[in-house]
Amino acid sequence: MKKEDTCGPIWVFAEQEEGRIQDISLQLIGKARALANELNTTLEVILLGDRIKDQVQPLFAAGTDRVYLGDAPTLSWYQPEIYTEIIVSLADEKKPEIVLIGSTHAGRELAPMVAARLKTGLTAHCIDLTINENRILEQWIPAYGGLISITCPKNRPQMATVARGVFPRPHMDESRQGEVVLLEVPAEFEGRIQTLQVVRRKQETVPLESAAIVIAGGAGAGNEEGWRQIADLAQTLHAALGCTRPVVDEGWTGHETMIGQSGKMVSPELYIGIGLSGELQHLIGVVNAKVMVAVNKDARAPVFEQVDYGIVEDCRTFVPLLIEKINAYRSRRKGA
Amino acid sequence: MYNIVVCVKAVPDPKQADQIRIDPVTKTLKRSEVPLVLNPLDKNAMEAALHIKETRGAFLTAISMGPPEAGNIVKECLALGADQGILLSDRAFAGADTYATAFTLAKGIEKIGRYDVIFCGMASSDGGTEWVGPQIAAFLGMPVVTMVEELTDTGPESWKVKACIENGYRLMQVKLPSVFTVTRTLNSPRVLSFSGIIKARKKQILCWSARDLGIAEDMVGLSGSPTMVSAMTTRSIRRQVEIINGTSEEKAEMLMQKLADAGLI
Ligand SMILES: Cc1cc2nc3c(=O)[nH]c(=O)nc-3n(C[C@H](O)[C@H](O)[C@H](O)COP(=O)(O)OP(=O)(O)OC[C@H]3O[C@@H](n4cnc5c(N)ncnc54)[C@H](O)[C@@H]3O)c2cc1C
Ligand SMILES: Nc1ncnc2c1ncn2[C@@H]1O[C@H](COP(=O)(O)O)[C@@H](O)[C@H]1O
Repeated sequence: MKKEDTCGPIWVFAEQEEGRIQDISLQLIGKARALANELNTTLEVILLGDRIKDQVQPLFAAGTDRVYLGDAPTLSWYQPEIYTEIIVSLADEKKPEIVLIGSTHAGRELAPMVAARLKTGLTAHCIDLTINENRILEQWIPAYGGLISITCPKNRPQMATVARGVFPRPHMDESRQGEVVLLEVPAEFEGRIQTLQVVRRKQETVPLESAAIVIAGGAGAGNEEGWRQIADLAQTLHAALGCTRPVVDEGWTGHETMIGQSGKMVSPELYIGIGLSGELQHLIGVVNAKVMVAVNKDARAPVFEQVDYGIVEDCRTFVPLLIEKINAYRSRRKGA
Repeated sequence: MYNIVVCVKAVPDPKQADQIRIDPVTKTLKRSEVPLVLNPLDKNAMEAALHIKETRGAFLTAISMGPPEAGNIVKECLALGADQGILLSDRAFAGADTYATAFTLAKGIEKIGRYDVIFCGMASSDGGTEWVGPQIAAFLGMPVVTMVEELTDTGPESWKVKACIENGYRLMQVKLPSVFTVTRTLNSPRVLSFSGIIKARKKQILCWSARDLGIAEDMVGLSGSPTMVSAMTTRSIRRQVEIINGTSEEKAEMLMQKLADAGLI
């Protein structure tokens, strides 16, 4: 804490994958910078990895004042036990006011363990963060058809996880400088969890986050066959395929397909939501779409208040019809 | 022979959960009578445990923290094949956030005494934080692997597991005792059998209160929860909607034309 700081620092846990800082970390730093200015305090970032000294500059450019760098072969992969130990012992010493962590796979494991060890609260999958008149962090999440704010009034740090794409990538000021503090890291670590192999699948389909068109299906698909139709439409349009939670619950697709608060944030040119009711937890993930269309058989479905175009139809008949139309149009155009 | 504990949560039936709404005036929850059911992913956790029990031998305990009605889902787990059911229920537990929930469950599991493996669902359908598993692990000083999608080798000292990560998976060797949170991909949960229900009638559910667990009331429930709901808004994301009318044919034609005009097909 600097003398002029009015409370403990704000922390962001920066994530690297194969030695590269992840976008989510820069997004969090951007937001944390604004919060730090508001609270008049320092923004510090924890970065753990192997041979990653050259990755420190983007953290400063995004707004970081100080980086705690753990640079050792034992840290090359996310290692739950040693990562938790490092963050917990550093927090015990430095007493951060706020700790922000991305809702990535590692973050989702790390954040709750760190919070439990620090005996403090943690809010999952926030979609906004604000400071209230008592200088307390309001952590906004969608719930029960509205937004609720969760606070952690007494315990410190105040901790939250945030999904990718909730906050924009900050302006990068390459001339910005900061301080690097090297952390002492054990050269060897005998953990109870030993990573044997990390395998990344090549993405076969259009990635949701960068797709121009996103087709999302919901529980209204009815069954596997109905879901297939929606998937076919996505393929016809070369669109990315997304879904709501019940679709994952039914096992029609994997959870990497899910859009929303606890899934992915997307910002396509066009979003077509099919057979979904328009729960905020899902739609919060598409608020940035340019044009939104909904297909639902129930004219009173809440989704019809939240999109640009509404089509009241049964998706089981409408989706095949639409595919037919698109194919016909394409062959007409080819013929012409 | 393993000692396995499965954490199971009673949640409002996800198929009707949208009936729980914020009252715009009082800003409190309007909870209509949505029945409580076994959290969907906890069925996968139960299935994982039952599979280990059948192939390797295990004593299987299902534990839940919740109101007395949550006893029904514990009973359901007994009918599925759990050997013992425990319900942590006490007025003082009400209003617990994830931290207090995990703390209470950890105390319950400690009281059970023997645990080589703890299974949780990856997430609950109502809370959906995914925190309870990792926090139980933190309180009990155990390692945790979240989002397990395959148990490839379940030897006596350590398990080899495959867990989901971004666009891929991670293969790990994990020393027991350990906590695992499971995904749907892991297995397909069995359905209740009639004979199971009959057998379950003879099994007892143990009900433990804060005092049984030897914990002060200010460490559980609302007073033991570091987080609180501080504000509620009914803010939603509205757009000016245009409903496309006509026959199905016409609607499909219209939408197709809009796509074509936007250069998207
Ligand atoms: C903490 C938490 C986090 C969550 N996070 C997410 C998240 O990230 N993403 C997410 O998606 N959900 C999330 N949820 C779940 C979310 O609250 C909703 O339950 C879910 O989005 C609803 O999905 P749905 O619209 O597909 O299903 P439903 O709400 O069941 O709606 C189905 C719709 O389909 C329509 N329909 C039925 N049949 C047809 C047909 N034949 N043709 C056309 N329309 C039809 C119905 O009229 C209805 O409107 C979360 C929930 C919680 C508690
Ligand atoms: N009250 C509870 N009683 C028993 N197990 C629970 C409870 N709450 C959560 N769990 C377990 O923790 C998992 C994740 O829940 P959550 O952290 O709420 O998403 C669930 O799938 C359960 O296995």
